[in-house]
Amino acid sequence: MALHKPSTMRRILTVDLPMLAILAFTLGPYLWMFITSVSDESTLFTEGPSLLNATLENYARLFRTVGFADNLLDSFIVAGGTVIVGLSLSVTAAYSFSRFEFRGKRILMLQFLLINMFPLVLLILPLFVLMRVLGLLDTHIALIAANSTIAIPFSIWMMVSYINGIPRSLDEAAMTDGCTRLQALRRVVLPLCLPGIIATGIYIFITSWNEYLYALTLGGREVRPITVAVQTLIGEYEVQWGLLTAGGIVGALPATVLFLLVQKRLISGLTQGAVKG
Amino acid sequence: MTDATATDLSRQDRQGRRAALGRRVLPYAMLSPAVLVTLAIVFFPMVQTAWMSLHDYVLFRPNDFDWVGLENFRTALADEVFWISLRNTVIWMGTTIPAQLLLGLVTALLLNQEFPWRPVARALIIIPWALPSVVIALMWVWIYDSNYGVANEFLLRMGLIQQSIPWLADPTYALASIILTLTWQGFPFFAVMILAGLQAIPRSYYEAASIDGASAWRQFWHITLPGISGVMMTAVLLRLIWVANSFDVIFVMTGGGPGYATHTLPLYAFVKARTNLDFGYGSAIAVLFTLLLMVVVVFYLRRTGKAVS
Repeated sequence: MALHKPSTMRRILTVDLPMLAILAFTLGPYLWMFITSVSDESTLFTEGPSLLNATLENYARLFRTVGFADNLLDSFIVAGGTVIVGLSLSVTAAYSFSRFEFRGKRILMLQFLLINMFPLVLLILPLFVLMRVLGLLDTHIALIAANSTIAIPFSIWMMVSYINGIPRSLDEAAMTDGCTRLQALRRVVLPLCLPGIIATGIYIFITSWNEYLYALTLGGREVRPITVAVQTLIGEYEVQWGLLTAGGIVGALPATVLFLLVQKRLISGLTQGAVKG
Repeated sequence: MTDATATDLSRQDRQGRRAALGRRVLPYAMLSPAVLVTLAIVFFPMVQTAWMSLHDYVLFRPNDFDWVGLENFRTALADEVFWISLRNTVIWMGTTIPAQLLLGLVTALLLNQEFPWRPVARALIIIPWALPSVVIALMWVWIYDSNYGVANEFLLRMGLIQQSIPWLADPTYALASIILTLTWQGFPFFAVMILAGLQAIPRSYYEAASIDGASAWRQFWHITLPGISGVMMTAVLLRLIWVANSFDVIFVMTGGGPGYATHTLPLYAFVKARTNLDFGYGSAIAVLFTLLLMVVVVFYLRRTGKAVS
């Protein structure tokens, strides 16, 4: 639409200022949380949050008294485990969808799309009962399994689009040179879509890291991911907002940093199907 | 000699057949791990929900699992809270998604313009999307706080309100406050999707249109909107499911209160099972909600399918 170059003044009024307003709306709450987290708890309610006299006391307290490090480790194990399960199961499946014609392909592909369509509340109750029967409540395995319900269909969807982008002639050439199918997959296709695999893995990591309802329902005293830990900081009678916001910042940091690193590739993978379709 | 050739041939034949069989089985073999695991952790539990919904199953009496047929569903339809939750669900999903779409569209159109700090803006705009929903919920509880919240302070200073409003404790404002939070959380997704759609529209279309003297508004209406309609439809569909799952934000912010002011169907099902341990009734509500959602999705797909063709 920007065909005739409008004057700078006009651009600032119609583009820069509205964009700044939207960004203020987007980042304002996050910045407010950050400012609260570095404010002194004792003066928070009398003077309000401020950057003057900024202190890291809340963060120190978080790790010293609340034991946040254990929660971080739990989150890390769950999210990492989900990445491994999700990726290892979906790579071969995606290759199969991308390269072969076989009976039932449409139905199977539809099945993986449909899984995404079912609301989480339908799964959370039976998964709780199932894990109780299996004696897996309050273990990392239960949470990894629960998070995989989202991770597997999502990564199959992403991987199919990445593998489709690699020409078939490449794996055929490898097979003419004496590779088997699986060797062609491992030596030719996988290295080529490694960036895509990494982006998908990071996305799975972020969603598992951020997940709350499964963590609350299937976790417990032993396994308590960061999202549940942050929420339990709300006391019975009063809320220690300094501590709570510090927990929020720490809990959100890994996902935010990872996301900013891969956002470009991830978004192009996500939107590819939608734009072409 | 002839014997040897025969066995040789049959061996070749067998090898050939094995290879053919291998070719036919390979796709399924490569799919089976993913399919088996999803059967175990998605489809089996889903069937189990339907099965539980037909039983009287309360977790503190784990040995009673009595068949009651459709009794749970009948109870739900006579349950006042169910209807309140359904009404709230319609308001919740019916306003959150259009609000996200609209704000996302405006943001995408702005991001599609040329200005010096565009890459920075594009990266920062997505931050809400990457934050854990618990952190988002708690952050906004702090913002909405009736005594020390920045929302009240801001509006008081601007002179828009005369006294502090307890946003989340007042039944008239609670649901609207939550919808604002969810809009904030979800609009970047629309912005990013729509931006990708905008960048796929060939520039020459606009050039041709402006040579023909079409105004900016007409260009938007006849080129931009048709160009991004496919992306918008996909995005709305994905969001429909996503917003349905975002009841964790409501759960943390208000727990469904005050009273039943922010009860929505998925939240009601979850709370029934979590606090009352009534898994039979909770499952029935979850099943009803899923069915309603499916009806909306099918209806939506039909309408948009027609609009496209």
